[in-house]
Amino acid sequence: MFSYCADPEALEGFTWLACYLTTGKHMSLYVSLGVVLLLLAITAPAALLFGFFGASAARSKLLPLRLLGKGYIAIVRGVPDIAFFLFFVIALDQGIEYLRHKALCPGWNEPIRQGNDFVVCTAAKMPLSTSPQWVHEVYGFSLAVLTFAIVFGAFAANVLFGAMRAVPRAQIETAEAYGMTRRQSFWRILVPQMWVYALPGLSNLWMVLIKATPLLFLLGVEDIVYWSKELGAAKLARYSDYPHGDWRMWYFLGLLVFYLLFTKLSEIVLERITRRLSHGQATTGGEALRKAAT
Amino acid sequence: MKKLILTTAALVFAGGMAMAESHMKTVRLGTEGAYPPYNFINDAGEVDGFERELGDELCKRAELKCEWVTNDWDSIIPNLVSGNYDVIIAGMSITAERDEVIDFTQNYTQPDPSAYLAMDGADVDLKGGVIAAQTNTIQAAFVAESGATLVEFATPDETIAAVRGGEADAVLADKSYLAPIADENADLVLLEQEELIGGGVGMGLRESDTELKETFDKAIQSMKDDGSLNKLLTKWEIGATF
Repeated sequence: MFSYCADPEALEGFTWLACYLTTGKHMSLYVSLGVVLLLLAITAPAALLFGFFGASAARSKLLPLRLLGKGYIAIVRGVPDIAFFLFFVIALDQGIEYLRHKALCPGWNEPIRQGNDFVVCTAAKMPLSTSPQWVHEVYGFSLAVLTFAIVFGAFAANVLFGAMRAVPRAQIETAEAYGMTRRQSFWRILVPQMWVYALPGLSNLWMVLIKATPLLFLLGVEDIVYWSKELGAAKLARYSDYPHGDWRMWYFLGLLVFYLLFTKLSEIVLERITRRLSHGQATTGGEALRKAAT
Repeated sequence: MKKLILTTAALVFAGGMAMAESHMKTVRLGTEGAYPPYNFINDAGEVDGFERELGDELCKRAELKCEWVTNDWDSIIPNLVSGNYDVIIAGMSITAERDEVIDFTQNYTQPDPSAYLAMDGADVDLKGGVIAAQTNTIQAAFVAESGATLVEFATPDETIAAVRGGEADAVLADKSYLAPIADENADLVLLEQEELIGGGVGMGLRESDTELKETFDKAIQSMKDDGSLNKLLTKWEIGATF
């Protein structure tokens, strides 16, 4: 990185640290920070979408749809995250490869399960083993996003389901009195008003989601936990230009500070959103805002 | 349904493109990246070590295009059989137990004796004390049989930290892994007692991948014959030569 880093053994103090913290390996750590933020940025709206559909389905008038929504919420909420992560990602991956195998290699007559091995034809591999490493990483990351979205979507669905019921009945009645259809009153009256009731639950969920990102490590994505562990491990002089003892504690401390700062920042932002959503609402929060304004 | 057809079409298309791109067969090599001198991640963040050099040379000889992948030791066999990569090259000793699940090429190291590492001056009871080892290794199996209390860790590095932290009296691991650590740390020493376990290290492959196994067997043999394997073994100080 810096020109004086060519001979790390001669360095001391600050310059040593500057060189140490800019090795290629540390760069991977910084990149993985970005990966975590990207995961959050994609997963949060996706989970909200899953949650919205889940909640809408759970309160549907059609029985099959209602069962689907309630089943989704109940099953995913009831299974430990880690178990779901371990099972679902493998099942999904093999499921995709199985379907591609059926579609792409009709002439293949060997069994797919040969003892312990899961064998599909080369064209059905997902991603293809010929594709470069970044494709594999993007694929793994996408599986992770989908799994996160499904898990957190179930919780969000439950929160939104409750929020939809919390909107005062009088509001809907008024809408009906004005001659709105069920669909109109849902989109124009219920949905805009439910957010303030959903927000405490959703903000909780966001916090849990932030803290759950180290689960990425379980899915084989090289995230900040992986790199912190790897970088913190003791290094010998013959294998590294920057030998050091067991520094895992310091790296994990860094992780701790990162997550703490990030959740604090989220709290501030969520506080602002709550204020904005409370405007004109028939809640104590909304009432307080109204009084303060006059 | 329409969406399904579209998705399938897109997948087929993407598949066809990738097929046309390369003629050389690509093989994905899975390693742990935490077990020097066999394999580790260097300062640049890349896989390095004896097996990196060996694997690259073998692929050159077998005319394969090789990609390196790192994977936790714990799940390195399950992820091979489910097809995440094609070869395990991670200092894995050939054992009958593993051979039931996966196949091995011929060994590319001589059986390396396992050694104990302990704090300098500590009086270690190897038969009744607490011995640390990495999970799912031949050393862990050995300690479990020996009568000593076994504490297992997911990474080799944690086993050393356990000895330092007093959780374990000693750690049992491949000598070529422990010797440099004892060499560079004044407070850690190798014990005199060594255990001859394991039958050398080989590459692990899926049992259905017989063709690839033969390819690598041939490449390893050619490196044994022309002495280039011995050169690598000496360079990285891994056990005896062939």
